Amino acid sequence: MKKKYFLNANIIDPHNSLEEVGGLIVGENGKIEAVGKKVNKNNIPSREKFIDLKENYIFPGLVDMRVFVGEPGYEYKENFKTLSNAALSGGVTSVVTMPNTDPIIDNVSIVDFLKRRGRDKSKINIFPTASLTKNLEGSNMTEFGLLQKKGIIAFTDGIKTIQNTRLMSRIMKSAYDLGSLIMQHAEDYELSKNGMVNDGIIATKLGLQGIPDFAEKIIIDRDLSLLEDLNCRYHISQVSCSKSIDLIEQKKEKVNFTTGVSINNLSLNENDIGDFRTFLKLSPPLRTEDDRLSLIKGINKDLIDVIVSDHKPEDEESKRLTFSQAATGASGIETLLPLALELFHNDSIKLNKIIKLLTSNPAKILKINKGNLNIGNDADFCIVDLYKPKVVKKEKMISKSKNTCIEDKKLQGVVTNTFVKGEELFKV
Amino acid sequence: MANLKKAIKISQKHLLGIQDLSISDVNFILSEAKQFISLNKSKNKKLDILRGKTQINLFFEPSTRTQSSFELAGKRLGADVMSMNLNNSAIKKGETLIDTAMTLNAMHPDIIVVRHQDSGASNLLSQKVNCAVLNAGDGRREHPTQALLDALTIIDRKGKIEGLKIAICGDILHSRVARSNIYLLNMLGAEVNIIAPSNLMPQDINRLGVNSFSNMKKGLKDCDIVMMLRLQNERMTSSFLSSNREYYEYYGLTPDKLDHAKKDALIMHPGPMNRGIEIDTNLADDINKSVIKEQVELGVAVRMACLKIFCE
Repeated sequence: MKKKYFLNANIIDPHNSLEEVGGLIVGENGKIEAVGKKVNKNNIPSREKFIDLKENYIFPGLVDMRVFVGEPGYEYKENFKTLSNAALSGGVTSVVTMPNTDPIIDNVSIVDFLKRRGRDKSKINIFPTASLTKNLEGSNMTEFGLLQKKGIIAFTDGIKTIQNTRLMSRIMKSAYDLGSLIMQHAEDYELSKNGMVNDGIIATKLGLQGIPDFAEKIIIDRDLSLLEDLNCRYHISQVSCSKSIDLIEQKKEKVNFTTGVSINNLSLNENDIGDFRTFLKLSPPLRTEDDRLSLIKGINKDLIDVIVSDHKPEDEESKRLTFSQAATGASGIETLLPLALELFHNDSIKLNKIIKLLTSNPAKILKINKGNLNIGNDADFCIVDLYKPKVVKKEKMISKSKNTCIEDKKLQGVVTNTFVKGEELFKV
Repeated sequence: MANLKKAIKISQKHLLGIQDLSISDVNFILSEAKQFISLNKSKNKKLDILRGKTQINLFFEPSTRTQSSFELAGKRLGADVMSMNLNNSAIKKGETLIDTAMTLNAMHPDIIVVRHQDSGASNLLSQKVNCAVLNAGDGRREHPTQALLDALTIIDRKGKIEGLKIAICGDILHSRVARSNIYLLNMLGAEVNIIAPSNLMPQDINRLGVNSFSNMKKGLKDCDIVMMLRLQNERMTSSFLSSNREYYEYYGLTPDKLDHAKKDALIMHPGPMNRGIEIDTNLADDINKSVIKEQVELGVAVRMACLKIFCE
């Protein structure tokens, strides 16, 4: 690989508190050789070709902590190849995959298969999770220790929640012993039973069963109470409402934990569901505008650590149904960054903070050396034209499934190039 | 010219819900319906307004009165009517609503009347077929023709709706009839009281412009109309109520509770009734107070009007 020189870029690397105009040098080995304002035209060899980025932005490759891939079992929805292409087009270079496949990622033998497929078919870094419980049944723990040794990065039942409190406390004890990261989707099943949308005026108008916000809060409350005594690495996968944010604020001083939020809950509210738009049937559901604003406030007060795409590819057939029969989730990995940038453009969140929640924060929680521009590290990064407009169109999506929940949305900010290990794998 | 006239009078291609209608749409439907009331009482009830038109009644959920009412309405207007009960056939074979719709669409119907257990089913269907779709009840969302026939009944007996105080009482949570009536009665200028135990009261219902009560006597105070709803046990997946007898004690319409309403208050019920659970059996049959039979009668007229208007 030839050495690459990028000059005159706006570089943001929250891990190194870097926010300046400068350059980036990628070595022949695909590692970062130098970065920052000291890299400029005057101190690179004059015979070398360089790329003038004209003050476009360089961010570390995004780390997306919540991604569903259809492999194995649902390859028709998304496979590693299509996922990695979609991710690259959105500047995402590392993903944490959920165990909700068929079969479920719950034992050592399947992890080998997964890692092999991930390595052979995908051009991005795949960090697989395994389930907390066997077959996602919520009754028996998986082998955290052995799975970890095979390269499992965290444990979660993905779209499911551990309902049994005793089991949850045991999971936390084991996770403490083994240093495992637990990620919980917070939803009390009895309260959310048959629910499809936020319990409120939209549920009443559309005649759909609601999911009350306290169905989420109660599980978070329970888990954080357990965590006071059983101090393991614990991450709330996604929060969606102001009640949860208030609770997290109260607990933050007493307990160590981290929190994620889906870009969908940050950008949309229940009104966007309109006339039964099944592509906006999500979990957790879109809630009120007040809830959405509380999530933004939560980010600005450092109560939320990570923004995820909650990328859940679903084929058209499972969405072209009545709202109650339609599948839950939206394909969103390729629009994660542009949609997050909307929060910068409308002055909700500072740019540096957004990038932090998409790069260094998830990497820190996962304990992986990604999401940064450290010298000597793999050159995983993306180049972004922050002000270039873009309209989201289903037919232009790269993911195998086109179930975007922001069809026709006008966004500002386009990923123009994405590099992994110094190699340009995406170009607009 | 006739088409132009129609275009002015109705704003929608489909009748999916009262929410979509304007007040002039509603007045137009009601005025058309009035013309059919006397026809339905005469000896020769057959017209040929819809001769050559095909009407398909697509019922995914069992129904007696709505289905027969739509069937009769279509036949009296001279349409070819086909009724399909799909609650136990195609869907069980894995066919989706869209597939069924496409199949039927290929037969070139002029109008499809649909009832489905899922809210929004008629909206989905209307996006996929070329003909007009009439919603005969979708999940707990809307049942527009029921609300229209209720309005026609009230107007027939009270001469107006504006200014009346109307109570809707019972299982509001699961009721599409309640939702459609709330929209329609509000639109026509009534004051609407909603009465239900908290477990059967939808979230944020007040934001639809109604007063809500969990105490029935308070809610009935000075009402001109008392609209009772059926307790929909089949839609209840977990414990909403302790027992039917306790429900009757607190929310069943009995003479002593009715005393809180106006003296000349009328009793309505969309049927089928659970006698002794939501309504005292003698009250239900009291010809001075109950207009339940009249509702059924006017239902045919309203559906004839809707078929006529939307079929063109």
